[in-house]
Amino acid sequence: MGTIYILWLRELKRYVRSRAQIVASLGQPLLYLLALGFGLGPVFQRSGNGSYLQFIAPGVIGMTVLFSSIFSGIGLLWDRQFGFLKETLVAPVPRISIVIGKTLGGVTVALIQGTLVVVVCLIAGFRPIHLAGVAPAFGYMALIALVFAGLGTAIGSKLQDMQGFQLIMNFLVLPIFFLSGALFPLEHLPKALGVITNLDPLSYGIDGLRGTLIGFTHFGLLVDFSVLCVAAVMLLSIGSYFFSKIEI
Amino acid sequence: MIRVRNLVRTFGDFAAVNDISFQVRKGEIFAFLGPNGAGKTTTIKMLTTLLRPTSGTIELDGLDPQRQQNEARRRFGIVFQDPSLESELTAYENMEIHGVLYHVPRKLRIERTEQLLKLFELWERRNEPVKRFSGGIKRRLEIARGFLHTPKILFLDEPTLGLDPQSRNQLWTHVKNLNETEGVTVFLTTHYMDEADRVAHRIAVIDHGKIVAQGSPAELKEQTKSDSLEQAFLALTGSSVRQESASSTDQMRQFVKMWRR
Repeated sequence: MGTIYILWLRELKRYVRSRAQIVASLGQPLLYLLALGFGLGPVFQRSGNGSYLQFIAPGVIGMTVLFSSIFSGIGLLWDRQFGFLKETLVAPVPRISIVIGKTLGGVTVALIQGTLVVVVCLIAGFRPIHLAGVAPAFGYMALIALVFAGLGTAIGSKLQDMQGFQLIMNFLVLPIFFLSGALFPLEHLPKALGVITNLDPLSYGIDGLRGTLIGFTHFGLLVDFSVLCVAAVMLLSIGSYFFSKIEI
Repeated sequence: MIRVRNLVRTFGDFAAVNDISFQVRKGEIFAFLGPNGAGKTTTIKMLTTLLRPTSGTIELDGLDPQRQQNEARRRFGIVFQDPSLESELTAYENMEIHGVLYHVPRKLRIERTEQLLKLFELWERRNEPVKRFSGGIKRRLEIARGFLHTPKILFLDEPTLGLDPQSRNQLWTHVKNLNETEGVTVFLTTHYMDEADRVAHRIAVIDHGKIVAQGSPAELKEQTKSDSLEQAFLALTGSSVRQESASSTDQMRQFVKMWRR
């Protein structure tokens, strides 16, 4: 327990103390929200879909949680060779408590980051349909964070070099975001794209956020919840397994 | 304290460590020397439970680091070649985490942290984040941290790499002191032969994964009829520069350096 707590605390302190990074990481969501939200807004409106800002805000919140949590895991690549993680790998504690502490830390940071973006969205003019939806929305944020912290840990444990990192970024992380329906509705998509979006766990996360925040869902909240839970259990198990096998 | 028999570690076809045997006695300062890529770090990784040997046996204080992993881990402290401090946290917080990870009782942890930070002249700066420290101070903190759980063995993997002569000198003085006062066994690697000559009681020279000579600095010099340990080392390992392609770790090391400064 002590191990889990102290490693969770480490992630949290690290986040809180790098203020410049916090501000910098709000830049991208803000850009999506303002440039796309207001830029594509008129087109979206004219095609009869309502306000694009309302539509894209849950997507941007989901994106923030995705990036924050997946990078906390992929960061293992540095951390195990040049960072503090190496110190924990020779400590007389089971690897599983290290991975739990680190993952919970990553999830907590992702949630804080997501909350900040929620506030930014509210300032930009986003309005949830009713306040009761906000609490379950946090539940979906937490599920997204768990799923991708697990995926990040699995990748970070296996990656060997920087080239691999670039590949993962361009061929996994960005596609997960762009093919999730964060930016476009999942209705009436070309068949291939429809299949891919259905395989992307983030689609269900963002759909859950839309369901709770703006009362509009594609899959249904129950499906979203179930798929995310299954994905979280699977990816966290794979991540922990790879982590336990790290040799440096 | 450390007993290694017929230790082998292969990576594919390449034998990084090829059938080495040696012993380190209790309270001894033992230097493990060799050119780049000779197998020093691989050996340390196997001794410290980070890497599984392909074959052979290791005993640390009578324990098998593979089978009695956590028991063995409690018995040693280690300073890695690459930094392993949390740079956003303060010196004191780094000590605190280490104490928790090694199950040092709270009261003892607080006492020993103060004692060690004072000994290593870090107490005044205990509340500063580690990222503001110079390389020498970070090294000192890592050694102090490695001592927090009163280990029986201290592993130092090229601890003076990149430090100025002052810091190097100070670091070895501290290590020698602790060796004498706490009786800790020290296992070190370095590329600076003068350091090994000064601090080590015994030396093993490894090259191409095999131990080519063992003995006290004086014995090695005598054996090779050299005046200095550096000459003895060159006589034992040859003077050709090792052709080593940069590994992915080296590339990342470059990258990290670029971004950290």
